[in-house]
Amino acid sequence: MRRSRYAYFLGCLTPNRYPGIEAATKDVLNAFDIEVLEMNGASCCPAPGVFGSFDLFNWAVIAARNLTIAEELNADITVTCNGCYATLQEANHLLKENKELRDRVNEVLAKINREYKGTVNVVHVVEILRYEVGLERISDATIQPLTGIKVGVHYGCHFLKPSDIRHQGSSETPVIMEELIGAVDAEPVEYKEKLMCCGAGGGVRAAKPDIALDFTKEKIDNMLAVGADCVCTPCAFCHFQFDQGQQELNAKIGNGHYNLPVVLITQLIGLGIGISPNRMGLYDQKTQTQTLIDKIRLE
Amino acid sequence: MVEAQKIVREANPEFIEEIIEYGSKFFGREEMERLKACIQCGTCVGSCPSGRRTAWRVKSIFRKAQLGLKDDALRDDDLWDCTTCYTCQERCPRKISTTDVVRIVRNIAFRNGIAQARHLAVCGYLFKFGHAVPINDEIRGVRKKIGLKELPATVHSFPEALKEVQKIVEETGFKKVVEEAEKSEKK
Repeated sequence: MRRSRYAYFLGCLTPNRYPGIEAATKDVLNAFDIEVLEMNGASCCPAPGVFGSFDLFNWAVIAARNLTIAEELNADITVTCNGCYATLQEANHLLKENKELRDRVNEVLAKINREYKGTVNVVHVVEILRYEVGLERISDATIQPLTGIKVGVHYGCHFLKPSDIRHQGSSETPVIMEELIGAVDAEPVEYKEKLMCCGAGGGVRAAKPDIALDFTKEKIDNMLAVGADCVCTPCAFCHFQFDQGQQELNAKIGNGHYNLPVVLITQLIGLGIGISPNRMGLYDQKTQTQTLIDKIRLE
Repeated sequence: MVEAQKIVREANPEFIEEIIEYGSKFFGREEMERLKACIQCGTCVGSCPSGRRTAWRVKSIFRKAQLGLKDDALRDDDLWDCTTCYTCQERCPRKISTTDVVRIVRNIAFRNGIAQARHLAVCGYLFKFGHAVPINDEIRGVRKKIGLKELPATVHSFPEALKEVQKIVEETGFKKVVEEAEKSEKK
């Protein structure tokens, strides 16, 4: 059997704010014998709720250019940000379905000697871990079980919705993140408004940061109320909003109350299979992660 | 009564067709046509996490579309409070692509020079760096420390790739739209 390989679309937040997510994802996939290819020259996806809100045609062309880089590599794309997932997965879907749009997009791409062909798929890293690697192999590889660690799961909107395009099952009762978290023996905890948005999307963080922070506060408050040890997301942008956002809340409210560690799903699995916190950038985030790391080592 | 007079005075009956036409270039026409079927049931508003903390009422945009209140719709600052979480679109009993309609109305606003100043700044990052969030010195250091290359294998490492992105934003006319919006913003 040919070794499985994916073109890793980095986007903006992962390489330029949370490189630990990039390192964790590469190491975790490699640990399960999956080859990770660089997408040389990829740009911003561009962000679905931001650039998609400004000009959908321009959004589609830049997305299509990114897709052509993976087409040249003849590899499906994987992502660690729901924004990148939303843009690349949706643009790929629309371009495959709509010939008129594809022709218009290719007219522009021809000017930079590229052509979108529609030969690759876009797969979230969560899907690779759940369906290709599988829970059993993750569980078998877990040398540092996260027993007793309570995890507040945050799916992020664009991983699940719109569900008729994403095909991740029900957007109201998802389980895929909980399954993965259980595979490293951590305990997903239920909390109020678990499926609510982090507040950052749609350009709200950029234009109206106080509104975005109000969402974030509600989410973190609800996780703290049930004794979560960390928040875990599959999205670098939600990760950024929770990590940076908690420090913005501390600055705004001034009580130092918001210090819940934030981990991406590949960082959490990385902790379970023995990748060092330093390599995964856990000491370089804005909100501390030491309480989580200490608790894992004590258990 | 005031509202009724306003509708008579300012209605632009082509507005809903403009939204449908614009959206149909990307999404299906049949999906877009469903916008006409909104009966203001409020399932969308009841599902909206932004509406719980802001004055944004997503259903108002569908009503304004049906009534032809184009100027009202485009100039509503609350239009930018939607995080595009898609909860309303998932739940709409008439299967209207509600979140997509929000994005389309925002597109039309942008083309009419109505934009948030901070969004124009984000566009500037894309034009200059090819990233909406470019690298900084702190993260260059973190990348090296954890054993990654100082610059990621993106447009940051490939200047000719950045030129491709810059060519695209000119060819699609997007750069011009942003420049025009910057001008009207300064006025």
